[in-house]
Amino acid sequence: MNAQASLIPKLVAIAVIACVPLSGESFYIEIVGKMLVMAIFAMSLDLLVGFTGLVSFGHAAYFGIAAYAVAILSPQYEAASLWYVLPASVALAALAAFVIGLFVLRTKGIYFIMVTLAFAQMAYFIFHDTPLGGGSDGTYLNNKPSASILGWEPFDLNNEVHLFYFILATMVLVYLFLARVLQSPFGRVLVGIKSNEHRMQSLGYFTFRYKLGAFTLAGGLGGLAGFLYAVLFGFVTPELLSWHESGNVLLMVILGGMGNLAGVIAGAFAFEMMREVFADITKYWQLLMGGVIVAVVLFLPGGLAGIPGRIKRAMQGGDSK
Amino acid sequence: MDFASFLIQTLNSLQYGLLLFLVASGLTLVFGIMGIINLAHGSFYMIGAYLAFVLTSATGSLVFAIALGIPLALVFGAFLEWALFSHLYKRDHLEQVLLTYGLILIFEQLRSLLVGDDVHGVAIPAFLDASIQLTEVMSYPVYRLAISVVCIALAIALYYVIQRTRLGMMIRAGNDDRTMVESLGININMIYRVVFALGVALAALAGMLAAPISSVFPNMGSHVLIISFVIVVIGGIGSVWGALVAALIVGFADTFGKVLVPELSGIVVYVVMAVVLLWRPEGILKKG
Repeated sequence: MNAQASLIPKLVAIAVIACVPLSGESFYIEIVGKMLVMAIFAMSLDLLVGFTGLVSFGHAAYFGIAAYAVAILSPQYEAASLWYVLPASVALAALAAFVIGLFVLRTKGIYFIMVTLAFAQMAYFIFHDTPLGGGSDGTYLNNKPSASILGWEPFDLNNEVHLFYFILATMVLVYLFLARVLQSPFGRVLVGIKSNEHRMQSLGYFTFRYKLGAFTLAGGLGGLAGFLYAVLFGFVTPELLSWHESGNVLLMVILGGMGNLAGVIAGAFAFEMMREVFADITKYWQLLMGGVIVAVVLFLPGGLAGIPGRIKRAMQGGDSK
Repeated sequence: MDFASFLIQTLNSLQYGLLLFLVASGLTLVFGIMGIINLAHGSFYMIGAYLAFVLTSATGSLVFAIALGIPLALVFGAFLEWALFSHLYKRDHLEQVLLTYGLILIFEQLRSLLVGDDVHGVAIPAFLDASIQLTEVMSYPVYRLAISVVCIALAIALYYVIQRTRLGMMIRAGNDDRTMVESLGININMIYRVVFALGVALAALAGMLAAPISSVFPNMGSHVLIISFVIVVIGGIGSVWGALVAALIVGFADTFGKVLVPELSGIVVYVVMAVVLLWRPEGILKKG
């Protein structure tokens, strides 16, 4: 696809999102902020699922670990420095992903799905059963990190508008970063592993190292999303690591069409909107959500990103493949 | 730990492990034979427990509830296989994960609509409602022993069906090479349906048996599902005997973990899994 042509809709989308704080409604600023956080989370998982072909069903673990890290590393009565807690939380999530990756990447296929889930569950129980992060009740992040550098404060995360733009800028940076990674030799190898790992091995690549690199990077970026989530909402609970969250983010990736970063962002937005709308109109939103999921799998392989192609094909005459 | 409490914990471990085996055996067969990862398997356990609650209230005894519940679960399983899972065989695991994840949401919501979100107890059948005195202060409930006995009987029956009958032969052959089985003129779709329905019924039965002990509560299936995954991973996909060994390992690890290191009890089972993965990434018994 022509890069110029695909750039314009993206810029328009970012511009539209950037206008949200103009509404002045805290409710919308927070919801769209959450969507942006989820978009980062979903992109990090897409690196594994969509580009490397590793279906991780425990990605919420890294999200939750970083979220807990901010809450635990921040002092109780004053704000921590953003420039310390942000890298520390992300590094902890990446470290956890690295260690877990050493185990789970020994397996493939169905095993991999189950084992990633089991390790995430282990992390869940660590926070749920031990007093480390307040047990099953979770814990509060009383003071949002301060962005001050030697007394100069470029922005204030306590200000919801500043926080919103901070999250938006982070999401755009993550998008650009991942797009760049995928163009790099490292990213090329990952895509090669997805299409045929044996071929990559026989070409002389130590695929395990590349997969471990991708797993660690995805864990770190998932952690970045978890960090932002904790800062946005100010509290963390073990449920952030639960397998429902892992399932939801996987859903965002599929919904958006895996292996398509922009599509996955759309998937995260669509998922969160669906959740809000369904929860609004009915208390039985899970039933609708479940129905939508089943319908997407049965009737819409390729996700939202596949819809334009389907329409195009339908207009060109239904029988052409 | 004195001998009596050691004995109690051992019996508890056996009972818990054997109950998990009922859930995991269906899961591993569906993985092994049909190549399907089914997240909704834990829901069948939950559905079984709620069936036990509803049917016990209606008929007055858990025994009748189980007698009615098993055929219902079989029919339900066969229906699900026909309506949904038969469309998933050629799809990749990701889509299977999604569809079955969607099913969990649907099942939980339907449960909430039909029975509500309260925790319910189920009465132990009168003739099993007793306990054996071990020491002056410690006793062991007969019902838990009965569960173990039923589960052992089922494991033996499963062994007989899989190793000694024509159906079992076809199931084992399907586990090894489904294309070959098909080309030999065996109706593989029928086998799939039977295996799936059997798996649903076993999980539901486990839920029904567990209902009086654990009581009946929302989302009760998800914990069992993940533990069953751990069992399948430890035992090796498709291996029923691996599942039995692994279920007992998990039963003991979890029960004694709760007694010896209560703070870390949730984690013990996963540590066991991590060790097995390092030692044998394909599980203790690969396909057998």
